Amino acid sequence: MKLFNLFRIAYRSLNRNKLRSFLTMLGIIIGVASVIAMLAIGEGSNQTIQKSIASLGTNSIYIFPGTNANGGVRGGAGSNQTLKLEDADAIAAHCDLVKYVTPLVQRKSQIIFGAKNWNTMIIGIRNDYMLIRSLSITKGSGFSEADQRSAAKVCLVGVTVIFNLFGDENYNPIGQIIRINSIPVKIVGVLAKMGQNTFGQDQDDIVLAPFYTVQKRMMISTDHIGSILASGKSELQVVDAVDQITSLLREKHKIAPSDEIDFTVRTQSELSNIFGSITKVMTILLASIAGISLLVGGIGIMNIMLVSVTERTREIGIRMAIGAKGRDVLFQFVIESILISVVGGVIGIVVGVLAAELVATFGGWPVVITPLSIILSFGFSSAIGLFFGWYPARKAAALNPIDALRYE
Amino acid sequence: MAETENLITVKDLTKTYQTGSVEVFALKAISLTINKGEFVAIMGASGSGKSTFMNIIGCLDNPTSGEYLMEGKDVLTRDKDELAELRNSKLGFVFQSFNLLPRTSAQENVELPLLYNNKVEASVREQKAIDALTSVGLADRLGAMPNELSGGQQQRVAIARALVNAPLVIMADEPTGNLDSKTSYEIMGIFQKLNDEGITVVMVTHEPDIAQFAKSNIVFKDGKIIANHPVTDRKIAMEELKKIATLTDENSTT
Ligand SMILES: Nc1ncnc2c1ncn2[C@@H]1O[C@H](COP(=O)(O)OP(=O)(O)O)[C@@H](O)[C@H]1O
Ligand SMILES: [Mg+2]
Repeated sequence: MKLFNLFRIAYRSLNRNKLRSFLTMLGIIIGVASVIAMLAIGEGSNQTIQKSIASLGTNSIYIFPGTNANGGVRGGAGSNQTLKLEDADAIAAHCDLVKYVTPLVQRKSQIIFGAKNWNTMIIGIRNDYMLIRSLSITKGSGFSEADQRSAAKVCLVGVTVIFNLFGDENYNPIGQIIRINSIPVKIVGVLAKMGQNTFGQDQDDIVLAPFYTVQKRMMISTDHIGSILASGKSELQVVDAVDQITSLLREKHKIAPSDEIDFTVRTQSELSNIFGSITKVMTILLASIAGISLLVGGIGIMNIMLVSVTERTREIGIRMAIGAKGRDVLFQFVIESILISVVGGVIGIVVGVLAAELVATFGGWPVVITPLSIILSFGFSSAIGLFFGWYPARKAAALNPIDALRYE
Repeated sequence: MAETENLITVKDLTKTYQTGSVEVFALKAISLTINKGEFVAIMGASGSGKSTFMNIIGCLDNPTSGEYLMEGKDVLTRDKDELAELRNSKLGFVFQSFNLLPRTSAQENVELPLLYNNKVEASVREQKAIDALTSVGLADRLGAMPNELSGGQQQRVAIARALVNAPLVIMADEPTGNLDSKTSYEIMGIFQKLNDEGITVVMVTHEPDIAQFAKSNIVFKDGKIIANHPVTDRKIAMEELKKIATLTDENSTT
């Protein structure tokens, strides 16, 4: 049999059954497009989260009060007040693998300027904070050592705060006095715009003040601090720095070697792993939805193919009666399935990519199209198309022509 | 090449259908010879085994036992592909229900056997299909879909399809079963013309007046041949059609 003739026969057959061909194709299009779009969204957010975590500085070390042990009834990290300022000072003094360190205290507060007020997070920092977080100041300047020592009533503000207090992001607020918890505080600098983080948190909705200013003037308890942020000398030494910090604090907190520690030390990479697993869950979720669409698409293909078996079996009977060989019939059906799969698959890829781009443009959601999703979805739907095109054809081609003609 | 050369020879052809626990003996040791150039009409009551016999000699079905020779060569030992080639180039089968591919034009239906024939070049395919359709009087309906054609026209497309590969024999199972008598006569006219051109025709019919167009009649009963005789008072389709034409003319003038 000349292959070209079979292509002609297959093409005519598809053309003759336009609706059936289209419906089969639709199953493939839906399957392929949804898998590509879903996985693109999942992968996109995954990469963005990883990126924004990495931007926090890969050698950052977080020290939270409370235990990190699992099980039992425990408050979990941050629920206890076990960290003190002297812990931060001790780390700075004794841990030679730690480059920068700052104690942190923070509090949600009402801030007022004139008739306007705004509720935001006030964080008390040492100047090292700016270096660890790589923060820059666009207007004005940071805190001096004198500001730090004297608990000066000065602050740095993010642009969201400026917008809400002064009505314009670009307003220059340097020198203005705002009231935080009724305390008049002078704005000395504006933080560079950072935008939203991956969780949609506005990172510009923030006020920074010298550590003592917040701890002594704004906190109820002045004994404890919220957490400590540090950074290792180098990325490679972060793990060793964590060990140093842990044994130092263990000593300072007088914890016996057999007892559990009352603080938690986390590195940036551990945190990215935690968030990574969150996005993995999300990707799995999206992938399951995509998988279900693929399955539904596959069942659609299967249905169309099986419903047409009677008609197709008769057709095969006619073809065999006028001299088609078994393999002619099989080839014809395989070619038909391949044509449908390729055309449907390509349309599906285009639709999937377009859908992903739409989500990216209008939803502001990051998307990354992975080759795996294309191969996976395309392979799966064409395999189904191929199988359900080929299998009934093979059965019919094995019949006597007269039985195929009589098939009901 | 003589008129008496054997085309089809069957010996002790038997077909048994197993339906549940019941065995149906559709053919009981049929032996028969059909010569080249013959025009045979197979008659018999419904259920007498005519279709079963036709399907077997048309290589659409296998017998339970027996021998089948075509041009002196064994048919039943051939494999499926060889049988497909036989059906494609030597046999032309015409069904009572036409069995055209739906939503496929008359010309494409007729081209189909050529597409399955490796010996036919693409360049001549179209012309052969057009010639075959012209010879059955459908030169002006090449692009028509089956559902746009009358029963008689559909059967003519089926005949064109059967003869497009220039077969030795046309086998027709009740080709006029779904047609009125005038259309039936027209089909008989085509068969007689093809037969005159040297193609052997084997046809099943249960209508005695249709059987009169053949050269000889075979009668089946309960899976056996009970009679095999030449047609004495053979009808010629052209003449019968003329008679009908004058009859209707007279009717319309009165
Ligand atoms: N596929 C089949 N399965 C079972 N019995 C069949 C089948 N085809 C035909 N028969 C039986 O074989 C006998 C002959 O049938 P058939 O050749 O169709 O007769 P005819 O064409 O003369 O009417 C009948 O009794 C019929 O019921
Ligand atoms: Mg019959």
